[in-house]
Amino acid sequence: MGGHRRGAMGKILAVVIVIIGLASAYPILKNQYPLPEDISTHGHLIDDQLNDTMMEAGISFVGAQLLLAYFLWTFSGRKPGSPLKDFPGGAKVLVIFAFVIVGTEVIALGAFGQKAWASVYFTSARADSLQIQAQAEQFAFYFRYAGPDGKFGMIHPEKIDEGNQNYFGLDPENDVAARDDIVSGELVVPMSKEIHLMLHGKDVGHSFYVRELRIQQDFVPGLDLSVHFTATKVGKYEIVCTQLCGLGHYNMKAYLNVMSQVDFDAWLKQQSQ
Amino acid sequence: MKAMRVGLGALVSLAAAGVVLAGPKPPGGTISGKVTYEGTPAKMKPIDMSKEPSCAKMYTTPPVAETVVTGPGNSLQDVVVYISAGAPDDAAPATAAVFTQKGCRYIPHVLAFQVNQELKIVNEDQTSHNIHPLPKLNREWNKSQPPGTPAISEKYDKAEFIPVKCNVHPWMHGNFAVMKNRHFAITVDGGSFTLANLPPGKYTVTAWHESYGDQSQEVTISGSETKTVNFTFKAKPY
Repeated sequence: MGGHRRGAMGKILAVVIVIIGLASAYPILKNQYPLPEDISTHGHLIDDQLNDTMMEAGISFVGAQLLLAYFLWTFSGRKPGSPLKDFPGGAKVLVIFAFVIVGTEVIALGAFGQKAWASVYFTSARADSLQIQAQAEQFAFYFRYAGPDGKFGMIHPEKIDEGNQNYFGLDPENDVAARDDIVSGELVVPMSKEIHLMLHGKDVGHSFYVRELRIQQDFVPGLDLSVHFTATKVGKYEIVCTQLCGLGHYNMKAYLNVMSQVDFDAWLKQQSQ
Repeated sequence: MKAMRVGLGALVSLAAAGVVLAGPKPPGGTISGKVTYEGTPAKMKPIDMSKEPSCAKMYTTPPVAETVVTGPGNSLQDVVVYISAGAPDDAAPATAAVFTQKGCRYIPHVLAFQVNQELKIVNEDQTSHNIHPLPKLNREWNKSQPPGTPAISEKYDKAEFIPVKCNVHPWMHGNFAVMKNRHFAITVDGGSFTLANLPPGKYTVTAWHESYGDQSQEVTISGSETKTVNFTFKAKPY
């Protein structure tokens, strides 16, 4: 009686597992949760990589559930006292088998994905890209443009005076290059032009994340890191800090404003007045 | 006992009112004058509040920094003019000095009040603030104030000029002027000030500006005369 019931329960569980496995795969196959809009030239590489990863992980997941259900269905209701069957070759072979399968998967994802990563991080920005400096501080982002002279003024941390709008510690009195630097709380960029964004952290770790740009890069105080991207669509997008940086972290954001080249030039001119 | 306290409170209020509403013949002498600047002051930059839309939408044109605020005729605003020597220390008035956070700015930009006087900090914004005054002599604190929370009550027990910042909004900046006595004024539009009800004596009058520093002059008051004292600060273009 007990064995018979156990066998029925095993078969029911096998069916339930198959249903759960297939039901989980359905919304993914239907693309129920699509990625946000991509407004960068490199974003499709990252999206392709995410899709590959999702597909590979999805096939492994559904395969593992079906295998589990098969074993449950086949071996449930075992008579008490009947001998146990081992995996051919024993546990050692099973572990090696799993190790090779998972290892191949991880290495393959890395090998195919390195192109996407390298295109953003391992190539330098074009020589004619527009240089903008981003500074992260508790709890805001500020962006600096070189101004009409094309030169950035030096940063003097001791001259930082936020109440007087000197977020970068510029010294316009002695540093001519700093006089025409433009500082904005919004990252305004022209469309279809490569932007070379140089990240400067003022206090603690922060992160620059724009999901539509497919870029997420930490600010590390003391390290001058940089990213480059080309935006392909006019619009306003949110920049958020994705590195817990303190009490006001939830409120640390700014906006990316992608404009046409004409509008951008007009904006820049207006800012330097 | 209670009646006495009420009476005392009324007396203090009356005295405080007397300072503001100096009649044609005040019971003491008066020092009045004007604070001006020479040279070219730095052009104040607009404040970009785009990260805080609830504040940004309160302005049609972005407000500018208030480090140097000038008025007609080269007058200088937000200068604290006070008796730095010659007057006895006064007890704190019963009324509270109010410092308001509105539109992600501090109103007023410079708030003067007396030692041990109640300081009330109000948040009228739809966002959280974290007020952080930076004293050198008094005890330092910083307090978070989400929207809709009651006023914060504080006091300082030593005279000092204290810069104030907000730990959430880097552009927010103000000043506390903690005064030893009740003889102080802050210049507004036009740069003029009046220190009334001064008993006869020799005083040091000091004018303090957050960016240009301070200047002092000696003044002797006899009877109920009015003496004119002017201050001129040297403006810096950067």
